Amino acid sequence: MTERVRLLVGTKKGAFILESDIARRAWTMRGPLCEGTAIHDMIVDPVSGAILAGGGSAWYGPSVWRSDDGGTTWSHSSAGMTYGDDQPAVVTVWSLATTPDGAILAGVEPAGLFRSEDGGATWAHVEGLTKHPTRPTWGPGAGGLIAHTIIPHPSDPARTWVGISAVGVFETRDGGATWEPRNVGVRAEFNPENRFPVTGQCVHKFALAAGEPETLYQRNHCGVYRSDDGSETWQEITGNLPTDFGFSLVAHPRDPDICWVIPLSAPEEGRFMPGAHAAVWRTRDRGATWTRSDDGLPTHDAFLSVLREAMARDTLDPVGIAFGTGTGQLWHSADDGDSWRMITDTLPEIWAVEADVVGD
Amino acid sequence: MATVLLPGSLLALFPGAARRHEVDGATVGAIIEALDRAVPGLRDRLVEAGPRLRPHINVFVDGVPADLATPVGRASLIHVVPAVSGG
Repeated sequence: MTERVRLLVGTKKGAFILESDIARRAWTMRGPLCEGTAIHDMIVDPVSGAILAGGGSAWYGPSVWRSDDGGTTWSHSSAGMTYGDDQPAVVTVWSLATTPDGAILAGVEPAGLFRSEDGGATWAHVEGLTKHPTRPTWGPGAGGLIAHTIIPHPSDPARTWVGISAVGVFETRDGGATWEPRNVGVRAEFNPENRFPVTGQCVHKFALAAGEPETLYQRNHCGVYRSDDGSETWQEITGNLPTDFGFSLVAHPRDPDICWVIPLSAPEEGRFMPGAHAAVWRTRDRGATWTRSDDGLPTHDAFLSVLREAMARDTLDPVGIAFGTGTGQLWHSADDGDSWRMITDTLPEIWAVEADVVGD
Repeated sequence: MATVLLPGSLLALFPGAARRHEVDGATVGAIIEALDRAVPGLRDRLVEAGPRLRPHINVFVDGVPADLATPVGRASLIHVVPAVSGG
């Protein structure tokens, strides 16, 4: 069987699909797909192989797009994606995930979670999250009040984590009926009256460590964190990273000690790569130390930003990592992040990148 | 029957759907419900919670700006027009 690598790229003006052989040196590109809808997240359903894309149109509202033929033809739906006629309208979809029991979850703006049992054709509100007693206190981040990162527990279908900006991490252990904030130990420096509130943290992204379902890494507005107890508590691992700030984080597919982040300058200093010197930082020791990787990346005048869903890794060895910028550049490493090459610098504003390996 | 003209950007979301439809309905909301039966999913693209027209969707009945409650005559001409917005 011949394997190919795909990069699924969500942009402000539609989705794009890039493909390469496993050398990951030469790429072909198709797009824009999804009729120009702004796409905030793209995933592959591991069971059906369907490509799913979530986003929204300023004209036509939120939608989850689905392709069962590798991106050639698409359907779309937001049927049932409503809080009710007396509640604010759902504006757009920000995040997608598949669950071990075959459902699809969608995180939306304003923040909430919807579940589909029929492959994305119809959606039902997961009311337990938005009925949480802290809901009246939830406030938006710069990107809005959005539910983004969704991580179903890999072996316990009753457990799921969700990130809400700027509210924090929540976890359900009863299939979505009730949720608990999971923000102990996470700083909220922008809250001078309480740096460690129960909710109000600005989680940007989090990921499970490979093979350790109780270990999570978190990229926050205020630092980087690791939890070794299933998100009950977090310890800061910002360490020698150049700044507190950034959006993206990916974890190694096999080694729980390794993850990558892209630090950005502080919000009040532009939110671009520090010193306009592009770099990805990697830890090999669970966050105790971080090492800069910039071989092939621009070392000056690189006023680049990378958003929360815009970095991804494949499952090959060595690991391939890709990130997309707010100015439409798509960068790739085929060697665990040791060196980088630009695939294209002419895409629209990139919101999401996903990587997967498929066989012919 | 009223005549409804749909915009190209909406038709692109529903391959094979016609631009021009002849539809019965007493209001714009009823017309959109009828269109949804012919083109499943179309209502969700035009109408949000409320229910009301999505903020960047304009509907004109015989040249006059309309909302979901606007009455429609048997010979009305209805234009659905996305706003000149975006970037």
